[in-house]
Amino acid sequence: MAEPILEVDALHSFYGKAHILNGLSFSVGRGEVVALLGRNGAGKTTTMKSVMQLVRPREGKVRFGGEDITGWPAHRVARRGLGYVPEERRIFTDLTILENLEVGRQARREGAPFWTVEALFELFPNLSERRHNRGKAMSGGEQQMLTIARTLMGNPGLLLLDEPSEGIAPVIVEQMARTILRFKDEGLTVIISEQNLHFARAVADRAVIIEGGEKKFDGSFAELENHPEIRDAYLSV
Amino acid sequence: MGLLIAQLLTGLANAAALFLVASGLSLIFGVTRIVNFAHGSFYMLGAYIGLTLMNILPGHVGFWGSILLAGIAVGLIGVVVEILVLRPIYRAPELFQLVATFGVILVIQDLTLMTWGAEDQLGPRAPGLRGVIRILGEPVPLYDLALIGITPFVLFGLWWLITKTRLGVLVRAATQDREMVGALGVNQSWLFTGVFFLGSALAGLGGAIQLPKGGADLLMDFNIIAAVFVVVVIGGMGSLPGAFIASVLISVLNVFGVAYLPSSTLVLMFVVMAIVLTVRPFGLLGREEVAGEHGQVGEPERPIRPFGLTGRLIFGAIVLALALLPLYGSPFAQVLITDIVIFCLFAASLQFILASGGLVSFGHAMFFGGGAYVSALAVTYADTPMELAFLLAPLGAGLIAILVGWFCIRLSGVYFAMLTLAFSQLIWSLVFQWGEVTGGDDGLVNIWPAAWLSDTTAYYLFTLLVGLGGIVFLRHVIHSPFGYALRATRDSARQAEATGIDVRRVQWVAFAFAGMMAGLAGGLFVFSKGSIFPNELEIAKSFDALIVVFLGGVKTLSGAVVGGAFFESVKDWLTRLEYWRLVLGLVIIGVVIVAPEGIVGTARRVGERLGLVKEGEGTR
Repeated sequence: MAEPILEVDALHSFYGKAHILNGLSFSVGRGEVVALLGRNGAGKTTTMKSVMQLVRPREGKVRFGGEDITGWPAHRVARRGLGYVPEERRIFTDLTILENLEVGRQARREGAPFWTVEALFELFPNLSERRHNRGKAMSGGEQQMLTIARTLMGNPGLLLLDEPSEGIAPVIVEQMARTILRFKDEGLTVIISEQNLHFARAVADRAVIIEGGEKKFDGSFAELENHPEIRDAYLSV
Repeated sequence: MGLLIAQLLTGLANAAALFLVASGLSLIFGVTRIVNFAHGSFYMLGAYIGLTLMNILPGHVGFWGSILLAGIAVGLIGVVVEILVLRPIYRAPELFQLVATFGVILVIQDLTLMTWGAEDQLGPRAPGLRGVIRILGEPVPLYDLALIGITPFVLFGLWWLITKTRLGVLVRAATQDREMVGALGVNQSWLFTGVFFLGSALAGLGGAIQLPKGGADLLMDFNIIAAVFVVVVIGGMGSLPGAFIASVLISVLNVFGVAYLPSSTLVLMFVVMAIVLTVRPFGLLGREEVAGEHGQVGEPERPIRPFGLTGRLIFGAIVLALALLPLYGSPFAQVLITDIVIFCLFAASLQFILASGGLVSFGHAMFFGGGAYVSALAVTYADTPMELAFLLAPLGAGLIAILVGWFCIRLSGVYFAMLTLAFSQLIWSLVFQWGEVTGGDDGLVNIWPAAWLSDTTAYYLFTLLVGLGGIVFLRHVIHSPFGYALRATRDSARQAEATGIDVRRVQWVAFAFAGMMAGLAGGLFVFSKGSIFPNELEIAKSFDALIVVFLGGVKTLSGAVVGGAFFESVKDWLTRLEYWRLVLGLVIIGVVIVAPEGIVGTARRVGERLGLVKEGEGTR
C-alpha cells in the first residue's frame, strides 16, 4: 500500500445508546479506491459519517494526511480535503444545479485534482443541459451525479461515496463505474460503500468487509474469491 | 377618491418599517429555525440608538447616517445575543429557544429603561422632508413618500443578496439542510452569526427609519412583535417576498380599518391571519415544515410511570399539610396558596397539551380567561347561582377550545403556535373592545362565591379540592390509554395513524380537554377575586404559563406544578424590585442554557447522580 492518506483507528461510534462501530480500524493509501462492503446495518454509513465527524466517535482516532481530525467540526474536516457524498444525496432542491455546485465550491487544493464547473459539466453532460433548473425534478441518477459534482467542487483529496449505485438505472451504474475509475486516474483517493459486489469489484482495488461494526476482511478481490465462506457469511449476494 | 389614495399611501408608508423588521425575522428563521421573539426588542433598540445618534449628528447626512449606524449597531447587538444565548441551544427543542429569546426581551427592556429612561421620546423630523404635499387635495407627508420610495430598494437589495450572491446561495442551502452545508465545508456558525447580524440590523433599521413617524418608547417591542409575527406567518416563515406582500396587506388594511371600522383595529390582522392559515396552512409563500427535519430533536422521552410508594407518601403529606393550613396559617397564607393552586392547575393544563400532546400553544390564557368570563357573564346577566356559573367556566372554555381547536390542529409547530396566539388575541380584543357587554377595560365585578363558600377558609379548601383534584385528573388522563394515544401522535403522527389512531381527533379532544381544565382554573380564579379583567386573557398571561412550565421542567406534570408554585410565590417579591425583568430574563436564559430540564428534571438528575433516586423512577 502507498503511504496512507486516511487511518481509522479503533473507532467506537454510537447512535444514542446503540453501539454501531465496535473498534473498527482500517487505512487507505493515497490514490487507492477502497470498497466498504457489508450488509444493511453493518455500519458502512456510520463509518463514513464518523470519518467526516458528522457522527462524533466516542473512542478511537481518525487521521487524515497524518493529522488527527477526531472531534473536528465537519466543515473543518471538509475544508481539509475530505469530500462526502451521502447516500440520501441531500441535494438542495430549492436551488438550481449551478447554485448547488456553488455551495460546494472551495479553493484549489495542492495534491488534489482541481475541478471547475465546466470540467464537471463535461464529466456529467446531463447536468450541463439543466444547469438553471432547480434540483426538484431530477431522476435518481441525475441527483447522484449532482451530489458527486457538488462535492468535487470542494477539490477534495479523498472522496467518500456512500452507496453510489443505489436506486439508479443499470445504464447509469455503468457510467458511474467509469466515472469513479476516471477519478482514480486523476489521482483521487476514493472510498465507496457498496452492497453491490459486482460494482465494487469493477471499481475498487481492495475490499474491507464490516459486520456489526467490526472489520471481518481486508484484502484484494482475488483473495475474496478464494474465500467464498467470507462472502457468504457477511455479504448478501 | 383623494382620501382613499391618501390612506393607501399612509398604509404603504407604514409597511416600510414593518417589512424591514419582518424580513429580518423571516431571514433569521429561514436559516437558523429560531423563532426570535426578541426581534421586536431589536426594533426598539434601533429606534433609541437612532434617536441618540440623530441628536449628535446634524443635517441630512446625520439623519440618514444615524439610521444606517443604528442598523449596524443593532446588528452587532444581535451578534452578541446570538453568540451568548443562541449558540448553546441550536439543537434544543423549539420551545427552549422561544423561551430563551423571551428572556432576552426582558433583559433588553430593562437595559433600555436604564439607559434611556421611562419617558416616551419624540422622533426628530427628517431634514428636507418636513412638509406635506397635496395629492388630489389630501395632505400626504413627504416623509411617507420617501418611505414608499425606499421600500422597493430594500426589497430589491435583499432579493439581490439572496438570489445573486454566494452568501445568499449558502443561506438558502442552509435553510434546507444545515448539516449538509457544513459537510461541504461551510462554517455554519459564522453563517448563522452573519444571518443574525443581517436580520437584527434590518430590525434596527426599521426602528430608526420610523422615528419621524412614531418616536421611541418602551412598549414598542411588544407592540410591533405581534404585527411582525402575523406578517411573517401570513407571508410564510422564511419567505421574503411573502413578508413583503403581507406587510403591505396588513398595513393597508390597518389604515382602512382605523378609518372605517375603528372597533376592529385590534382584531383585524389576526382575522386575516386566521383566514390565511386556514386556507394555506404554511402561509402565502411558505414551505411545509416537517418536525425534526432540522435536527432539533431533544433527548428521547423517558417512559412515564405511576408514582411509587415514596411519591404517593410525599404527595399525601403535602396535601395533608395544605388541608390543615387553616389551623396554623394566616388568612393571607390561605389567599396566597389559593392563588398558587389556581395557577398550578392552569400551568398543568398547558403542560398536558404541550408535553403529552406536543402542541405548543401560545394562547392558553384564552381558556383561562375565557372560562372566567363565561362564569362572570352568567352571574352578571342571568343571575346564575354560583355553583352553576362555576361549572359553566370549564364547559365554556371547553367549547371555545373545541371551536379554536378545529382550526388549529390542522397546523403544526410554529404555525400552530401562531394560530393559537391569533385566536387568543382575537378573544382578548373581543372582550376588550365590546365594552357594552364585557365591561371592556373596566372588567366585570361583583362575582362572588355562594354564601357557603364566601369565607376565606371555605373557599381555600374548595380551591384545594378542585385544583388538586384537577391536577390529579390530568395525571390520570396522561396515564390512560387516551394519554398513550396522544403521546403516540406526538412522537410520530404517521406511525400513530398507521396503527389506527385518528391523529386529528385525538389531538382535538386533548386540546379541548386542556382548554377545559384551564377554564376550571379560570372559574376558581374569578370567584376568588370577585372580578375579572381583560388582562387575564392577554398574551403575557399565556407566556407566564409557558415560562412556568418551562422553569419547572417541560417534561413532567409535577414540573408544571412546582414551577407554578415557585413562580407565584416569588412573583410578589420579584416585581417589587426595580429591575425585576432583568433578573427574571437572566434567570430564564440561565435555566435554558445550564439546566434545560427545569427545576424538577434537574433535581431528579442530581438525585440520580447522588443515588437518592433510582434511574427512571420518580415523579411523573
